[in-house]
Amino acid sequence: MIAIIDYGAGNIKSLQFALTKAGLESQLTNNQDTIRQSDGIILPGVGAFHDAMTALHALGLTSILQEEAADGKPILGICLGMQLLYDTSYEDGKWDGLRLLHGEAGRINDAVKVPHMGWNTLTYHNRSLLLKGIPENSYVYFVHSYAIKSYNPYELISSTDYGGKVPAIVQKDNLIGMQFHPEKSGGTGLQLLQNFGAML
Amino acid sequence: MLAKRIIPCMDVDKGRVVKGRKFQNIRDVANPVELAKRYNEAGADELVFYDITASLEERPIFLDIVEQVAAEIAIPFTVGGGIRSIEDIHQTLRAGADKVSINSAAVKNPELIKEAALKFGSQCIVLSIDAEQTEPLEWTIFTRGGRNNTGLDAIDWAKRGERLGAGEIVVNAIDTDGDKNGYNLELTKAVADNVNIPVVASGGAGSDLHIAEVLTKANADAALAASVFHYSNIEIPELKNYLDQNGITVRR
Repeated sequence: MIAIIDYGAGNIKSLQFALTKAGLESQLTNNQDTIRQSDGIILPGVGAFHDAMTALHALGLTSILQEEAADGKPILGICLGMQLLYDTSYEDGKWDGLRLLHGEAGRINDAVKVPHMGWNTLTYHNRSLLLKGIPENSYVYFVHSYAIKSYNPYELISSTDYGGKVPAIVQKDNLIGMQFHPEKSGGTGLQLLQNFGAML
Repeated sequence: MLAKRIIPCMDVDKGRVVKGRKFQNIRDVANPVELAKRYNEAGADELVFYDITASLEERPIFLDIVEQVAAEIAIPFTVGGGIRSIEDIHQTLRAGADKVSINSAAVKNPELIKEAALKFGSQCIVLSIDAEQTEPLEWTIFTRGGRNNTGLDAIDWAKRGERLGAGEIVVNAIDTDGDKNGYNLELTKAVADNVNIPVVASGGAGSDLHIAEVLTKANADAALAASVFHYSNIEIPELKNYLDQNGITVRR
């Protein structure tokens, strides 16, 4: 069972529906025991960085996520959820993240329209089983105004091009981030979720 | 490279998809969930649903449809029509919509856009504007299905919407809506060139060429259409082949 971390509003239903289609059992929860007993965790993207961290703290979930990450449980952060895995974000201030991955999030280059909204292609960098069955340059759906700006290049699995190189998939062992929405990315997205499921 | 988006739009009335001409003479088309599945399989990049009755009694039926659609498709979809409050937005997103489209309620209370963007994020707040030409190269915002002249200049309103926090603007051209003679290129371009958020063109699509034109000459990021897709006058796979052959980046 995959625990989808429930920490506020937003469209979580599509993610649940997509996981069901990918043949993966999931449960939307903020219960600490349920999260500990899960086979994997998905941290979805909802709203603003600071609000999300505040909500995670208020629910007592930051330490659980850090413990589960250290235990080797697969954790997938989607969109804002990916950015939360990092040290710092400069979204309307300077805020600490979960510090599971080293790097920072900042606003997308203003030379292009912000938010980056729509279907964009995946360029491959380091190898990962997450990409199994997915040809390079497949389209996935992005909606975001902030992106990871500094990161460990060995953790970059895939990027897209939007006003420069934008990290799209990052991975450090059991920790994975996807800046786009796999649950909204048609067949490619379902395959990515299945590939995550295969890690559990 | 970011692809230009093709977006079928469904006007839903009492649980059925309908299509009007210049916002009137409504005709019944199909079951919205079935149509959504068809478009998803055909390669639509996104879907839009407008609840055109939007009376309080019909709202639960509509949210039920939103949820059924969310269960069937794996592409983004926007819901509009009768969204008046933070609570309406919350319920619609909870039902499975990815974005909400706000039109008249934003004109009445612009702060709604700001509050909604702060609470849910700009990426899910779409400002929908209905504009009609009132002077050469001047367009005015109308509400209530094109019946009420607000006196607001369309370009000023679009720019204000961006400042308030809207993440995308849908430009509905009342002059060209339903006529299938092409989008209003001047209006779409004027909006697209004056904001730094994505712009979706709406109203007037009749052919592949019209869609190619609005995506290139008018700088639209996406093209929205209803009846040409509902009645299969334009098939999405062929449309995308055509756009690709004409050098327009599309997802295929």
